Amino acid sequence: MFTLNVNGQSHDVDVPPDMPLLWVLRDVVGLTGTKFGCGVAQCGACTVHVAGQAMRSCVLPVSALGSRPVTTVEAVGQTPAGQKVQQAWLEIEVVQCGYCQSGQVMSAAALLTHTPDPTDADIDAAMSGNICRCGTYARIREAIKLAATGRTTAMPTVPIAAPAGPGAQS
Amino acid sequence: MNAPLALNRRDLMLAGGGFTLAFTILRGGRAQAMADARPQAGDPAAAAADGAPAFAPNAFIRIDRAGPVRLVMPNVEMGQGVYTGEATLMAEELDIGLDQVVLEHAPPNEALYAMPALKMQATGGSTSTRAAWQVLREAGAVARVMLVGAAAKNWSVDPAACTVERGVVHHAASGRTATYGELAEAAARQPVPPKVTLKDPKDFALIGKSFRRLDTAAKVDGSAIYGMDASTPGMKIAVVVQCPIYGGRVKSVDDSAARAVPGVRDVIHLDDAVAVSGDHFWAAKTGADALKIEWDGGEHADFSTAALFKGLDDSSLNGKALVAREVGDVGRGGGHRLDAVYQVPMLAHAPMEPLNALVHVRPDACEIWVGTQVPVRCVDAAAAVTGLPADKIILHNHYLGGGFGRRLEEDSVRLAVRIAKPLGYPVKVIWTREQDIQHDVPRPAYHDRIGAVLGGDGLPVAWTDRVTSESVMRRWVPAGLRKDGLDSDTVEGSAEPPYDFPNLRVEWVRHDMPNGMAVGWWRGVGPTHNLFKVESFIDECAHAAGKDPVAYRRALLQKNPRVLGVLNLAAEKMGWDSPRSGGRIGRGVAVASPFGSHVCTMVEIEVSAQGEIRLLRSVSAVDCGMVVNPNTVEAQIQGGLVFGWTGALYSQITYEGGAVQQSNFNDYRMMRMNETPPLEVHIVHSSEAPGGIGEVGTAIAAPALGNAIFAATGMRIRTLPIDRGLLVQDKGAQKAVLTALPLGALVLAGAAVAGSGRSDAGEEA
Amino acid sequence: MKTRPTLRIALLGAVTLGVSTLALHETSILRASAHAQDAAPAPSQSVQPASAAQASPLVQRGEYLARAADCVACHTAPGGKAYAGGLPFKLPFGTMYATNITADRETGIGSWSDDDFVNAVRKGVGKGGKHLYPSMPYTSYTAMSRDDALAIKAYLFSLPAVRQPNRANHLAFPFNQRWSMWFWNLVFLKDRRFQPDPALSAEENRGAYLATALGHCGECHTPRNLAFAMKANRQFAGAELQGWRAWNITPDKRFGVGGWSDAQLADYLAAGHANGRGSAAGPMGEAVENSLQYLTPQDTAALVAYLRKIPAQPGEAGTEVDLQPAPVLASSAWAPGAGDTGGALGKHIFEGACASCHQWNGQGQQTPYAALLGSQAVNDPTGLNVVQVMLHGAHMRVRGQTVFMPVFGRGYSDGELAAVANYVVSHFGGKPGRVTPEAVAKARTAG
Repeated sequence: MFTLNVNGQSHDVDVPPDMPLLWVLRDVVGLTGTKFGCGVAQCGACTVHVAGQAMRSCVLPVSALGSRPVTTVEAVGQTPAGQKVQQAWLEIEVVQCGYCQSGQVMSAAALLTHTPDPTDADIDAAMSGNICRCGTYARIREAIKLAATGRTTAMPTVPIAAPAGPGAQS
Repeated sequence: MNAPLALNRRDLMLAGGGFTLAFTILRGGRAQAMADARPQAGDPAAAAADGAPAFAPNAFIRIDRAGPVRLVMPNVEMGQGVYTGEATLMAEELDIGLDQVVLEHAPPNEALYAMPALKMQATGGSTSTRAAWQVLREAGAVARVMLVGAAAKNWSVDPAACTVERGVVHHAASGRTATYGELAEAAARQPVPPKVTLKDPKDFALIGKSFRRLDTAAKVDGSAIYGMDASTPGMKIAVVVQCPIYGGRVKSVDDSAARAVPGVRDVIHLDDAVAVSGDHFWAAKTGADALKIEWDGGEHADFSTAALFKGLDDSSLNGKALVAREVGDVGRGGGHRLDAVYQVPMLAHAPMEPLNALVHVRPDACEIWVGTQVPVRCVDAAAAVTGLPADKIILHNHYLGGGFGRRLEEDSVRLAVRIAKPLGYPVKVIWTREQDIQHDVPRPAYHDRIGAVLGGDGLPVAWTDRVTSESVMRRWVPAGLRKDGLDSDTVEGSAEPPYDFPNLRVEWVRHDMPNGMAVGWWRGVGPTHNLFKVESFIDECAHAAGKDPVAYRRALLQKNPRVLGVLNLAAEKMGWDSPRSGGRIGRGVAVASPFGSHVCTMVEIEVSAQGEIRLLRSVSAVDCGMVVNPNTVEAQIQGGLVFGWTGALYSQITYEGGAVQQSNFNDYRMMRMNETPPLEVHIVHSSEAPGGIGEVGTAIAAPALGNAIFAATGMRIRTLPIDRGLLVQDKGAQKAVLTALPLGALVLAGAAVAGSGRSDAGEEA
Repeated sequence: MKTRPTLRIALLGAVTLGVSTLALHETSILRASAHAQDAAPAPSQSVQPASAAQASPLVQRGEYLARAADCVACHTAPGGKAYAGGLPFKLPFGTMYATNITADRETGIGSWSDDDFVNAVRKGVGKGGKHLYPSMPYTSYTAMSRDDALAIKAYLFSLPAVRQPNRANHLAFPFNQRWSMWFWNLVFLKDRRFQPDPALSAEENRGAYLATALGHCGECHTPRNLAFAMKANRQFAGAELQGWRAWNITPDKRFGVGGWSDAQLADYLAAGHANGRGSAAGPMGEAVENSLQYLTPQDTAALVAYLRKIPAQPGEAGTEVDLQPAPVLASSAWAPGAGDTGGALGKHIFEGACASCHQWNGQGQQTPYAALLGSQAVNDPTGLNVVQVMLHGAHMRVRGQTVFMPVFGRGYSDGELAAVANYVVSHFGGKPGRVTPEAVAKARTAG
């Protein structure tokens, strides 16, 4: 029996000690926002915060958690960094299929908590462990910058750009 | 947004036909044919069963007395933004705001939701927006006419004197207003108009503007429900272990250790797989790992990738070629002749959400929760396994954590139903990533033999292209084959290149995979390999002619203004005429017209002395006709490029001893954040019919990159994935790298080098 | 991964063995059971003596000793039946295969007498006078007592007999001449039982017996001469074997384990990981998984005590473990220090595929087994073991959990892996790495 502190709530779970936190969250606690992508810490879809640090819950045995608090994507919006990240994700329109984005949001929120104004190198170091099969990386980078500074270096979307060809619309 | 799902049980009807039209009519940009499709007849009675909306004029629109307008999405959302796009089409004609709608996943029902062009309820082939463009606007317009008609009748005024703004009908003269909700019941008594007039594009309020996507808020806070997240009371989780060799069988199983794992409920023995169900994934996975299974590999136990490519080469030389398209006489005239062989590997889809399906088989019905591109096929598969009639199969569709073609197959649902059938309780079958990659329905390998004769001006006077491959279509939709058996998908992007070639002959040789080894659609389908080959080889021609790659293409595109337009736009934005100098930096260009759209991508790269490729910058220009949501178009090009480059740089599924050698992201590698360059996208104004966009970026990515590598290093990439060992500057190091490669890779590398030799030598024909 | 008969030990109670008292520690045994979860493990269902519950004290003792001697490591092929042989040894002069030592009369050792068995274990002479090759560590086992050898035999004979013919060795001349081993033995085999050293305590002597006669640590950790015999004067000084480096485990403070605390050494042996000293993988990981984790705490302590007493051996300058490398000190858990490039390509790949577990400060997260700081592997400028782990991954079932690292060999080029190895050595070892793509290419085919 383990007692977990997830998103500020206490949960007693009767699970094997080597059971990864990911499956405790999804199948026992019932929080499905944290995603299964690879099971070997290669994709980051399962990222949660453990005592503020971004961790891959798919390889984190529940017994290794101790008393450290866990924050998942369902509650990260209650933190200042998480709130800014989620908002920026919508502003920049990062999301496509969205399956990896729980993990992307968690990694980005942890980055901004530690490094409020990250450089491109900081973003690479913190975010390259998160795979996005839809290829939203360029927008993630912009969204992190927006969340950090309120500015983007190149807002990706220009409404229909150059007038060329017949029948230009208004 | 969590769309309500468990809504109805409708009769199922299977329509004939299939993907044929998608790949024939849409090919070459003739998207207009699709836009002629008429609106669906609608099914108010069935719609009424779904929460009894007061007004349901057709299968797509449901208006309650109070609350937002519910829009039923005929296509599935797998990241491509189609929910937002399709809602935009309806909302435009309904005169409501996108913030006023709630979306619902369509249930499986081909009578209602079959895409006119596909004649099937399926999402694929970059057809959704093209198919829905007319249909959903008409659906919205019909509803609007009936709602306004109801108001006008109430008020005894001329409908034409009424206006609508954000779902409220106004009659200016009398000052009266009524909301759609208030009008819903009366609207239901209005006659369905036989004909509606759609808005003039100049009056569009929503179409053509970048409104925020409707599915994203739930995807950044974890509340969006994918198939993986579905649950139902009493549900258990199962992990499945399939025979590593396609078509192999279980010889014996010792499941005693698996059954002893705490939390394990059952071990399900199938002839080709064993599954373990448990209270949670970890119990099931631990149990599955403890299974001791002896397999009988069966007839494919000696299948290997090296043998496959040897077979493809044999078929290319000796097989029966079907002529896909012939113009003039390629044997006529003489000049500088170039020949090359291009090869691309088998590929897994690897969507971020591994395959899964929650299934509950009861004596009288079967309920399925899944995210699928082909809901009706899943229903059919479940009916076949359970023996239940199709109307007893209830399928709840979900968001897809990526599709890319993998979820155009129903195999995972069929397997899940087989596992659930003996259990009686609901079970969610989750494929581990290893199962997902090793038991994909992979993209087939292609072997392309291409040649050209250059005239005195250096431009091709003859162009020959022989594609050799398995056919996806002959399994997936055999009715789509041409009468003589030609699979048009295999030559899509080859048969009708955008260039002005006076003499052209494009052929296809069918090379069957070993008995029953299924291959499937992969994002970008036929154009993915054809554009790589055509656009790389036209670069080879330009090089042989001593011409700049862009100038060379311009000369060949004089009769193709839309393609020329994107080429020129990209060149301008890239600054093609002022290249960066120094080091092993190079730029590549590729231009084509896949999926009814026109696209040009340029990419600037640097290749290190160790052969590593760094993408520095990319510029794309796209003309996809009328744009529903520019932001989505840009996002699809950006994401498609990353998908395509990932494939070009890293992806291949190889077999040894009949088994797939890759397993997870450690050996089926993905491009990451720190490899992705800035991705500029420029959209061309157009009032042409909409083209597809979801696969355009993927198809154009590899040739632009390959051409950039040639510009940077002089090494022509004819085989994917790119062998970075060939790009090592120091030859000694290159040799060392080569000796470490598996035999298959050596064969391929050899082919590329041999091809290179042929091309460089050249011949006077 | 090889199958291992790991469960039956859960049924053992306290057993007394000759030299020292081996009170098997109840909790550590429970943790060791393969599927288990610290709490009550399920009754064993895997390969085990026909009636494990009634196994005689002799058989139980034999099992413990067979574990301590790690017989299974060689005599079981990957995926094969326990003790049925088949594991290949790739040596410079050919490939040899471990033999079937189950009780099958025709293909195994079922017809062997006690003397046959003892001769094979201690003298390298099989039944019928056939010379064994010293891939069978009989030059170590020669020190084993007859009682212990026969206990092992009793245990092997209690297991199910497996009919599996031995594979023929493929050796080049003159190595394929078995009779030549007679001369080799004449020179290199000291046919002598273990004699307690009066200068050592009882515990240290027990450790010596475990380390030499049973555990045969020297077979990997002692360098070999040209005749492939262990160099007596360089005992435990570290050696390269099958593409991996076995470290210097002498008390030398700079190059050996002299700087390790007793707790670190004991943890490393018993769990394959020591805080601040990294983790075992490759052959040592197998030794921990198959053998060392089953030792009683008393025996582990005895091993540690003995390792303190062996002569210190120097190593090659530049391979000292740097416990506080500057790049790590400049890093946080989540980010490398400013200006840390360490070879752009290596860092590039590390931040995508490696940092999620290993972290920039080398502490490792999710599992302490991912900690790199202080590990000998990342302080080896040749990066031998780093490359091996990347190429072949790591997989160790220890203390109720599976410790693993994915295999990166297939997805990454030689140049990329060399760059990552050099980055890892520079970042976590604080010294320049010398790994070349050629070395990676070579390592792909070794081991």
